[in-house]
Amino acid sequence: MELVTPEIGLVFWTTISFLILLGLLRWFAWKPILAAVSERENSIEKALSQADAAKEEMARLTGENEALLKQARAERDAILSDATKVKNQIIGEAKTAAQKEGSRQIELARVEINSQKAIAMADVKNQVATLSLDIAEKILRKQFEDQQKQDELVKELLREVKLN
Amino acid sequence: MAIGSILKSKFFKYSGIYALFVVLWAIPALAFSQGKAGSTDGKPYDPKEAIFEHIGDSHSWHTFGKSAVPLPVILYTDKGVEIFMSDKLHEGEVYQGKNYNYILEKDKVKIAGSSGKIDTAKKVWDFSITRNVASMWMGMILLLVIFISVSSSYKKRNGKAPRGLQSFLEPVILFVRDDVAIPNIGVKHHKFMSLLLTLFFFILINNLLGLVPFFPGSYNLTGNIAVTLSLSAIVLVVINFSGNKYYWKHIFMPEIPLWLYIIMVPVELIGVISKPFALMIRLFANITAGHIIVLSLISLIFIFKSLAVSPASVVFVVFMDTIELLVAFLQAYIFTMLSAMFIGIAVQEHHHE
Repeated sequence: MELVTPEIGLVFWTTISFLILLGLLRWFAWKPILAAVSERENSIEKALSQADAAKEEMARLTGENEALLKQARAERDAILSDATKVKNQIIGEAKTAAQKEGSRQIELARVEINSQKAIAMADVKNQVATLSLDIAEKILRKQFEDQQKQDELVKELLREVKLN
Repeated sequence: MAIGSILKSKFFKYSGIYALFVVLWAIPALAFSQGKAGSTDGKPYDPKEAIFEHIGDSHSWHTFGKSAVPLPVILYTDKGVEIFMSDKLHEGEVYQGKNYNYILEKDKVKIAGSSGKIDTAKKVWDFSITRNVASMWMGMILLLVIFISVSSSYKKRNGKAPRGLQSFLEPVILFVRDDVAIPNIGVKHHKFMSLLLTLFFFILINNLLGLVPFFPGSYNLTGNIAVTLSLSAIVLVVINFSGNKYYWKHIFMPEIPLWLYIIMVPVELIGVISKPFALMIRLFANITAGHIIVLSLISLIFIFKSLAVSPASVVFVVFMDTIELLVAFLQAYIFTMLSAMFIGIAVQEHHHE
């Protein structure tokens, strides 16, 4: 029974001492410790959420960059294909123009040549005619220098006519 | 802070762990000498007397062998307060005080009549600094030194990872907060954290020091009904002063038919008392039982009057001490846990019937 009979002295001292201990520890230990711990927890949580946000931002930026890159690539391709088209067009145009010009030049040349040829031919014909006349005159003169020969020829010609 | 640096030093850490094991192994040997001191010449060894001397309170603080530290005796009688040192009191001898003559009977101070017999008519209030009070203060000083040093290292290493003693105790503090206070009390736990932490570490350190088998440990403070009574009385006061309207409504106006009030209100009122009462009995019984078992096992050596029994005793005592080490933590946890639960019930906002 003595074991379960609380002694007033010990109850008194325990209560007072415990309350004082509670006050001292509350003021000097628990408050600063719990404040520091929760502050640290908050800062860790904040750091983690910041890291998450940074990661998200990073992903967003990367995505944006990729999109930009894709766009740039597409633009480049478009520009390149446009340029090729334009080049081909220009080349084609130049080709047709050159061909047209060439054929026109050739045509002109041919016309010129033909006309020159005609002139030359006409000249040659005249020369030949004059020459032939000259030659024929000279031959005739030579042949009909003597009278006998002339008579002979006349006689021949007359005979031929008779025969006809 | 010099103490703080000693507590944080590596040497302290390792020597502390080493000391714990030495203590555990040394228990039987030292208890051996204590048991001898308990048995008086000629009389046969009485284990009950030795055990009850240990688990009870004393006016002197036994150190080694037959020596003891005298403690102040503070008495309040109808003639006023009287203070003297306990070495003036001896079992069965009359001490002539200022107001009365005192006699020590079974470590209790009684007023002696003129014939040297105990005068039972006169009441004496004993507020002495007994062994338990002194060792409780020692434990409290230890707690203050430890936690103020931990607190200062929080200030010094603000926002950094904990180190040394701080890293050893932080998980325990967080355990009390996250696994005891928050699940039971909820968002209002901030108000009660100081009480719960102080309860936990006060019970824990006194449980552990009570396991140390030699001076200045080996006292039975948390296994003393007066101490557990005081602690649970504080819890009782806190519960009822923080109880909100739902708590009181549940006691005085439960949602039951009116005629049941005659039964239910007294039952609820008994419940108000019985909750802390259970706390008181649980801690007292667990710690006292552990001490009694350890001492009984040691006493076997003296009962059989043979050193040959000692190996068996030692094995069982080491086994029991290991269990007691667990119980020391467990009881501190349970006391805190149940206190938190009762406070949680009292401050609960929504009442589910």
